Amino acid sequence: MTQRKSSGKRTSTAVEEEEDDSRFTQPTTSQVQKGMEKLTKAQIDEKTTELVQYILMKDQKKIPVKRADIVKNVLKEYKNVFQEIMNRAQQRLEQVFGFKVVEIDAKNHVYILINKLEPAEGSEMISGNPKTGLLFVILSLVYMKGGVVPEALVWNTLKKMKVDLGERHPEFGDVKKLVTDEFVRQRYLEYTKVPHTEPVKYNFTWGQRAEVEVSKHKILQFLGELHSQDPQRWSQQYKDASSQRSSRAPQPSTSSQR
Amino acid sequence: MVLGEGHQRFIQTMMIRGIVNEQEAKTLHHHCCEVHKEHYVADKLEEFIQVVNSKLESLNMKIRTRASEDDGMPCYALVNTANNQLTRMSSDYADNELELFRRTMDLIMSSDDGTASSTDILNSADSLQTRKLTMSAAECLLKRLVSDDWLVEKQGDYSLSTRCVMDMEPFIRTMYDDEQVKVCAVCHCLAFKCQICANPLCTVKIHNPCAEKYFKKKPVQRCPGCSELWPNKVTECRQSVSQRQR
Repeated sequence: MTQRKSSGKRTSTAVEEEEDDSRFTQPTTSQVQKGMEKLTKAQIDEKTTELVQYILMKDQKKIPVKRADIVKNVLKEYKNVFQEIMNRAQQRLEQVFGFKVVEIDAKNHVYILINKLEPAEGSEMISGNPKTGLLFVILSLVYMKGGVVPEALVWNTLKKMKVDLGERHPEFGDVKKLVTDEFVRQRYLEYTKVPHTEPVKYNFTWGQRAEVEVSKHKILQFLGELHSQDPQRWSQQYKDASSQRSSRAPQPSTSSQR
Repeated sequence: MVLGEGHQRFIQTMMIRGIVNEQEAKTLHHHCCEVHKEHYVADKLEEFIQVVNSKLESLNMKIRTRASEDDGMPCYALVNTANNQLTRMSSDYADNELELFRRTMDLIMSSDDGTASSTDILNSADSLQTRKLTMSAAECLLKRLVSDDWLVEKQGDYSLSTRCVMDMEPFIRTMYDDEQVKVCAVCHCLAFKCQICANPLCTVKIHNPCAEKYFKKKPVQRCPGCSELWPNKVTECRQSVSQRQR
């Protein structure tokens, strides 16, 4: 019997769990239109602005945004025109900030922002987040091992880089919490139980955000630099990465080559 | 007019950084234009920011600038222009924590030098209306407020960070009365650390760096408001050598 990946029950996100979305029925297009007609331009603009700021605020903490929360906290009595306001907010997010809204859970309507701008060399220094480096190491490890990695391997790898679970790290603090809680909540990693293990063992896989945000080509480039080798030497992973690149929706860009 | 990717990258970075000084802003401007191969003109940072602000305006956001009260050097920060700053902080802080922050602001606004002592702040923790904060929780909170760049701590005294002032200015001007809202007579920005006129009937206040600039070429220092002699020592704030004022 195969075990379903438990993506639904997440006890650590109890704080964010609000009313579920099942009671919200989508209005028809004409109902939305009628709803919009009742609103003044100022009201529409105001709600769009509020929604943009709400999404940005959640994204800064890498918390996925749920439609139910949007309706409860932002739209409130304007919930009938959710789609229209959401469309406008998405447009502003793309045009002004360079962020794309992606629905990572079509059933529960959960959204994240992904960056349309490519990560640029030197950006890490300017934005300064060392956690990204750590995350990248883990994502690379999982990728190179075929997509699933037992947690023990991750901890051993980190230990070799002097990031020890047992000690409080000066930069990352409680490393286990960062990796199994924060990175998981942010949907960069998934931390799933291996069935029938005693004591319980866990595996790491890429999370939904990593799937849409992180280009596998970049991972190979990162690793190639680490080992000073041509990425083409890892032929299987390279094929996999090339197919990801061609299946991605083409993004408008001013530069000629990604 | 549509924003280019260089502008977007600038906005994204400002959102992450919070506040940058002038040199960092210039470097970032250059970096953003270079990465996206967009037209770059050095020393046109202000114009670049104006373009960015034209699009941020309708979203109640803005890249603002404020000179540091210590050395007069400009800083830049991406802030909200709507009057709901404390509401925004509410996603990061509990209601009694916000109340203590508010009390701290009250203490700072009613002080002469823009500071509140940790003793006074911690005493307020005991009499909060929402929920009491223990002494250690209050101390923890103060550390968080400093690391989140809302407050600055120096020798046990707390003041509002430059970024906090930029962010909260509309809120401050609305919520506090005119007597408490001190404004520099030279640059007309909010003043916390400043020199005041010796004349008890005169309300003129001037930032230290603004005073240096204003009195630089004047043989006799007089208050721009009431013409009384300006007694405050005007010291050099910048590296450049300037005449020592008496």
